[in-house]
Amino acid sequence: MAPLSASGRRAAILATAVLLTTSACAGNAAGKPGDGPIPVASILDLTGPLSIYGTPKSNVAKLAVDDINASGGVLGRKLKLVAYDSQSQTDKNVEYAGQAATKDEAAVVMGGITSASREAMRPALQRTRTLYFYNSLYEGGVCDRNQVITGETASQFLDPLINYAAANLGKKMYVVAADYNYGRISTQWIQKYAAQYGAKVVGTDFVSLDSGDFGAVLNNIQREAPDVVVSVLVGSNHVPFYREFAAKGLGAKIKIVSPSFGLGNEQEILSPAEAKGIVTSYNYYQELDNPANKAFREKYAAAYGAKHAYITDLAVSEWNGWHLWAEAVRKAGSLDRDKVLKVIESGTLSIDSPSGTIKVDGPTHHVTEDITLATVNDKRGFDLLKTFPAQPPQYEKTVCDLVRNPTLNRAFTPA
Amino acid sequence: MPLDYLANAGTNILFDVATLVLVSLGLSIVFGMMGVINMAHGEFIMIGAFTVVLAVRQGVPLWAAMVAGPVVTGLVGVVTERLLIRRLYGKRIEGTLLATFGLGLILQQGATLLLGSSPEGIATPLGSFSLGRYSIGWYSLVIVAAALALVGLVLLLFLRTRYGLLARATMQNRAMAANLGIDTSRINMLTFGLGSALAGAAGALLAPVVAVVPTMGIPLISSAFITVVLGGPAVVTGTAASAGLLGLVRQVVTLLSTPLLGTAALLVAATVILRLLPGGISGRYRRTTL
Repeated sequence: MAPLSASGRRAAILATAVLLTTSACAGNAAGKPGDGPIPVASILDLTGPLSIYGTPKSNVAKLAVDDINASGGVLGRKLKLVAYDSQSQTDKNVEYAGQAATKDEAAVVMGGITSASREAMRPALQRTRTLYFYNSLYEGGVCDRNQVITGETASQFLDPLINYAAANLGKKMYVVAADYNYGRISTQWIQKYAAQYGAKVVGTDFVSLDSGDFGAVLNNIQREAPDVVVSVLVGSNHVPFYREFAAKGLGAKIKIVSPSFGLGNEQEILSPAEAKGIVTSYNYYQELDNPANKAFREKYAAAYGAKHAYITDLAVSEWNGWHLWAEAVRKAGSLDRDKVLKVIESGTLSIDSPSGTIKVDGPTHHVTEDITLATVNDKRGFDLLKTFPAQPPQYEKTVCDLVRNPTLNRAFTPA
Repeated sequence: MPLDYLANAGTNILFDVATLVLVSLGLSIVFGMMGVINMAHGEFIMIGAFTVVLAVRQGVPLWAAMVAGPVVTGLVGVVTERLLIRRLYGKRIEGTLLATFGLGLILQQGATLLLGSSPEGIATPLGSFSLGRYSIGWYSLVIVAAALALVGLVLLLFLRTRYGLLARATMQNRAMAANLGIDTSRINMLTFGLGSALAGAAGALLAPVVAVVPTMGIPLISSAFITVVLGGPAVVTGTAASAGLLGLVRQVVTLLSTPLLGTAALLVAATVILRLLPGGISGRYRRTTL
């Protein structure tokens, strides 16, 4: 998911440069024999505007690797985490992906937060045949044999959200979205699901990621007077939208549902009066009541202090990614990419996670997982409304079968 | 066009202009009077905003906290001038540019380490009133009034106080002012402190309408720089005129099309005007105009 000026051309050139220099030693990723620790890499944004997502994700990634090592590592060896800070710049994602694959010879690379950074890293890691885990919810549709995606896709978490809004909040919807691939493609999905559930999208506005000016958008919303605003806004620059919406007292007549609210802990930045009642749908909430989550939260508090920020869905996807990979390696009995992929595609790989059971869907390289609807409460957290167990990656299943067609390498979109 | 639409659009324009004035006034004073480009201006705005948020968290009433914002930021500015900026006077302009850029990064990352990346904020106060189909927040009018008041106060300070007289003398001819016995080093400290305090005031006033996070200065600072450059040498009135023009262009285009085109229109307007008036809007004012 999430943002940033892709500077696509520049990233592509850089990727090419990195690859030209590295392809000579490609394919060796997991082949290194020996008993030393296994190098694995994480590439996340720890500085710059994306650090609001990257820092908590990195916290959880470290915790997950420690947890795997505490239970003996994999194949009798410990993991050695090489953590890169991509500094909220897509070209850095590509650069570090190349470094992780060739210099560190990482057995797996996990990272990228925005859809833009994922799309930049994918080809780089395909070329070196280094297994790549993308642990963030996103717009869905990416089909790539070298990649495993452990976050929710639109058909998993947008479908129930729009269904809920149409059934309970009203049929007249207005979409405000961040202006890049995540926001644009999510808006296509929202229009599709709205039509499916008998609702109507009466207006859409796209706001650039570095803009915090919502005057005109709020004018449009007031003019159209919808029942529901679907907010696909991303990043701290967009938080003023919720502020102004509340300051104008619009919440009395119009409800907000969002497939992005809370991922940057917006409910902590805003006051409870401004955020209360916003409805979201994710795989993980801190409030989930299960033994794995209880144990996870204790570990997190022990590592990062009892007064830590709310643990987001985006962060817990890192936990799921690392544990799924470790489990796949154990089952494969090898670090070799193709042997690990065989386990991924077997359809038998699953873990018991803080966010419920996570089961890998073999043909799509996505996961089947629980989705919970929840509303922001007045304690800067969420009240859980309803859980939909074991939601498969519906849309991906209709377009992507990597078992039958392993060379398929595409990002599908609904329109 | 219906009346309620126009009235609402009018408040949007006023709010945008006021925001531009707030974020660029301190930058303009430090640049115009001292020749220092303060790349950490956005982070000074952030310090002002965080002062308010932290004070409110300690139970200080919002309005009192808003006074503390500029005071704390002004003191940070004075310390910065003494420890960092002072060593770079008379050297190439890149010196202060790089030093303040580095300072900005340090402040940003320091705030992240100290407060986390999603610290608890405060709600917009005062509620709203309706105008036909539209609803307008009272606080946006407070911002407009505050921007006007700050411009007035700064003009009074420069035109009616002894510090103002000495600061203007130093700005016009530093060597001569020093020869006449003006302590220009002290004037520099006070002027940088004033510019920083104005950044702090902007942060304090905006704290309840934006997301108060360590990176909050980044989106504000680019339009502030454009406003200052377009304003030209008259540090107060030039900047205010420039903010008025840019805010008007941006909001009118935004209202008629999309926010993206509004921002594009702002940049086009700034480019065209600078092509026609290379010295900025106030380039042809009398040289001593503030």
